[in-house]
Amino acid sequence: MNKQSNSYTVIYIIIMVVVVGVALAYTSMALKDRQNDNVAADKMRQILSSLRIAPDQDVKTQFASIITDQYLVNDQGQRIEGDAFAVNMANEVKKPAQERQLPVYEARLADGSLKYIIPVYGAGLWGPIWGYIALDDDASTIFGAFFNHEGETPGLGAEITKPAFSDQFQGKHMMVDSKLLPVEVVKAGQKPSTGAEYVDGISGGTITSKGVSAMLADCFTPYNAFLQSLRNK
Amino acid sequence: MAEKVKNSTVFFNPFSKNNPVVVQILGICSALSVTAKLEPAIVMGLSVIAVLAFSNVIISLIRNTIPTSIRIIVQLVVVAGLVIIVSELLKAYAYDVSLQLSVFIGLIITNCILMGRLEAFAMANRPWPSFLDGVGNGVGYTIILVIVAFFRELLGCGTILGFQVVPDCAYQAGYVNNGLMILPPMALIVVACIIWVHRSLNKDLQEK
Repeated sequence: MNKQSNSYTVIYIIIMVVVVGVALAYTSMALKDRQNDNVAADKMRQILSSLRIAPDQDVKTQFASIITDQYLVNDQGQRIEGDAFAVNMANEVKKPAQERQLPVYEARLADGSLKYIIPVYGAGLWGPIWGYIALDDDASTIFGAFFNHEGETPGLGAEITKPAFSDQFQGKHMMVDSKLLPVEVVKAGQKPSTGAEYVDGISGGTITSKGVSAMLADCFTPYNAFLQSLRNK
Repeated sequence: MAEKVKNSTVFFNPFSKNNPVVVQILGICSALSVTAKLEPAIVMGLSVIAVLAFSNVIISLIRNTIPTSIRIIVQLVVVAGLVIIVSELLKAYAYDVSLQLSVFIGLIITNCILMGRLEAFAMANRPWPSFLDGVGNGVGYTIILVIVAFFRELLGCGTILGFQVVPDCAYQAGYVNNGLMILPPMALIVVACIIWVHRSLNKDLQEK
């Protein structure tokens, strides 16, 4: 058989593509359940981290015992139908604020206090960044924050995942004079002109720091009505 | 078939005499991106060893059937397929590790060492020597990655594998971590220093 002929080449490549395609599809299907399980467990771990709780081995039971309620609201602050945990934040942030489904998690801690956890999602330097912000029941004071990223530069932008960065948010207020003014991330030594509360950014990670700031502003603004309604409760 | 080379030579040559990074200057791109910390460098090295060894074996097994005109495409498909399988397996069974490596696993596909070894060795040799060649080159690559990451993490962060090794009293006495070491250009300079030392030790590698 002539291995250099066109027909041999075409048939060869068709067979190769089919074989590789089947192998990849099979791997993907066979591992899908395990992977989804891991992703869900990891999301639970991240949400618990924003409550300053160290996740234990059985994160599912722990999550179920601490998170008492999870629901979706719209930008009017009204509850809407849907599964908060299954919402894909990457799709939601692309929509205009009026159409977004806004997930809220309610947590009851061991000391009996009620916390609200708001997920945030935005863009860093190389890819998406996201996080979870736990608020006290005054809907303003930040109890804890957790940030994560997909591919920020190690040692620079990736430092947003470190407690040294996220712990700065504790005790900051999302509301100034009863108006929603999300916390900003600024260069150390500077202050936002809007009067919002602020934390120091990461030197060498300027674009990621700005991304965190923009993410907080973008994701918290639609919650305005909901947070105001919590304050008036 | 090319001239017969001893298996031990095939395996040990890439460690130093024919090291893919410092002698052939391949795979520099990933040496820049993953060496800011030691841990991702080690896992990246292990992943490259695995992918390189298996893609070498697969290409070596089918080497006589590949039409010459599309051999590069065939090599790429094999490498890309293997990398995706490794990435999927990590996601299912070692989720934490896969999170740490994130984009780096995908970067293996673009690693020039893989294409270099497939084209230069696996296309012309039997599966077993190809396997040894893959592991040998992978180890040679990993050695350099680990050395570079060691110095960058030590001087840039004062830690090794995340543990602090520079004592607190040094910081109080005015010692400051060198932030420049974390930035990609320093990886090139460290690699260059390794090449310098390596060529000084191996006189036969020096160009006239």
